[in-house]
Amino acid sequence: MEKRVVFRSWWLPYLLVAPQLAVTIIFFFLPAGQAIWTSLLSQDPFGINVEFVGLDNFVALFHDEHYLASFKVTAVFSVLVAGLGLSISLVLAVFADRAMLGAGFYKTLLIWPYAVAHAVAAVLWLFLFNPTLGVVAHWIKGFGIAWDPLLRDNDAMILVVVAAVWNQISYNFLFFLAGLQSIPKSLIEAAAIDGAGPARRFATIVFPLLSPTTFFLLVVNVVYAFFQTFAIIDAATSGGPGNATEILVYKVYKDGFKALDLGSSAAQSVILMLIVIALTVIQFRYVERKVQY
Amino acid sequence: MDVSTTPERKARLPFLARYNMLPRTILRGRREGMVENRPLLDVLTHIVLIIGVAVIAFPVYVTFVASTITAEQVLAAPMPLVPGPHLIDNYREALLRGAGNSAAPVWMMMVNSLVSALIIAIGKIAISLISAFAIVYFRFPLRNFFFWMIFVTLMLPVEVRILPTYKIVSDLGMLDSYAGLTLPLIASATATFLFRQFFLTIPDELAEAARIDGAGPMRFFWDVVIPMSKTSMAALFVIQFIYGWNQYLWPLIVTTQENYYTVVIGIKRMIVGGGDAAIEWQLVMATAIMAMLPPAAVVILMQRWFVKGLVDTEK
Repeated sequence: MEKRVVFRSWWLPYLLVAPQLAVTIIFFFLPAGQAIWTSLLSQDPFGINVEFVGLDNFVALFHDEHYLASFKVTAVFSVLVAGLGLSISLVLAVFADRAMLGAGFYKTLLIWPYAVAHAVAAVLWLFLFNPTLGVVAHWIKGFGIAWDPLLRDNDAMILVVVAAVWNQISYNFLFFLAGLQSIPKSLIEAAAIDGAGPARRFATIVFPLLSPTTFFLLVVNVVYAFFQTFAIIDAATSGGPGNATEILVYKVYKDGFKALDLGSSAAQSVILMLIVIALTVIQFRYVERKVQY
Repeated sequence: MDVSTTPERKARLPFLARYNMLPRTILRGRREGMVENRPLLDVLTHIVLIIGVAVIAFPVYVTFVASTITAEQVLAAPMPLVPGPHLIDNYREALLRGAGNSAAPVWMMMVNSLVSALIIAIGKIAISLISAFAIVYFRFPLRNFFFWMIFVTLMLPVEVRILPTYKIVSDLGMLDSYAGLTLPLIASATATFLFRQFFLTIPDELAEAARIDGAGPMRFFWDVVIPMSKTSMAALFVIQFIYGWNQYLWPLIVTTQENYYTVVIGIKRMIVGGGDAAIEWQLVMATAIMAMLPPAAVVILMQRWFVKGLVDTEK
């Protein structure tokens, strides 16, 4: 789409885009270029001996069992976060869409967790799940189940998944609710009149019509689990115990900032960039059709 | 009970439906979300929603309780689940002294969070507003290339270019400064898109009229575009304020001095190192509540704009 009516000036438009472009170039393109360049080099932590090694860093990564393990952790984590987050919020949205009394009240009470910072959410759940003083940990132990997210791998994974899902439910809920409300009510009424009960209507009409929203949210949730959960991992477990919750983004940070393995960290950055690009392309090709039923 | 499923009704209803003459009992309430009367399902609806609300609120409730009791009570597993009398003491201590060994007073962190969230939100809106204006209302060489460049930043989240970005900020001498905390986060492809989409819906007649009246582009921008964009700006502000307030990774690496800690970073620093007994949980929890309040208030008080902003920025 283009405007028919435009203004004329040879310098003004450049001046207007300059601030955005300056920030973009200095803080986005330069570092990204640097990451790509560094990923092709081998250097010591002080940058004294630098050598061009081509794709060696990438080859090394894919032979590194820690890196492959981190891929696996990321996959498990994102499947759990996206799966649980989407199902819980879908259930809540379906019922909130149905509620007559107090719909606005429920909505307000379900959307505010969006405002809680990821790191704060992590600390909240860390406190509840803390093996010695956590309230929820106390209940779990009351059932005779061993529990220690600071030492046991699976417990740590549960902790970060719960915190991540809790933080994301409101977002999913809002989009599901909007999707549900945009389904033409005549369709639902027609089905009701033909004798389809609520469950049948959901399975044959509502859920299929909701699939664009679901797919969109799936992509958003995978991006969320891959990239935005850094704060949850860092604040709750720091990737531990061992490397049990070390997702890819956390490993880039740890290898770069803590281990100062610059070449490997940069190569990991480049791989992550490729993943974001793929996800963004999927999202944008898809968004075109998002509103159509 | 369920009128729509009795056989006689079913036979007659398609006709009624076609003429939109369904009995009130069936039509009633679809606006709010119901097709028919199902009292049992109504009860289930409220049970599910109440459980959902309770589970979601529970962590924050426990946090609040923990912020009103003494350190000894927090450590007595399990801690009480009823608020205690130490609310004012704990919040005053956190605000004025902080918690843990290295943390700065929380009031200072709150100020840092507020300043950086405001700079990020207003900065993003300002630079996106003018760049979208340039892209929509001018034809100039490289216009599409610039637009493409802004678009690509969507694919470069800070998490994947963290080390080189840190290096650039440190080379520019911006570590431990508000500029370092905010500038790298100020570019915004989503805001630029949003304004671009919105500007494209402004009728051409307005720009034409402005031109005939002899108004230049900037006059048109201030007198027509800005007033018309107020709703979009408010919606974006809500989203970007929350985004700025809740930043974690970036402030974590560019702030080494306590005076520049934001409150989200401060909480993390308070629980690092030291065993359970060393962490002053009642103060950490008071800080957590204070860290949540401003963005939560923004979401609840500006709910309509928040929802609009969330939906708009994903288009």
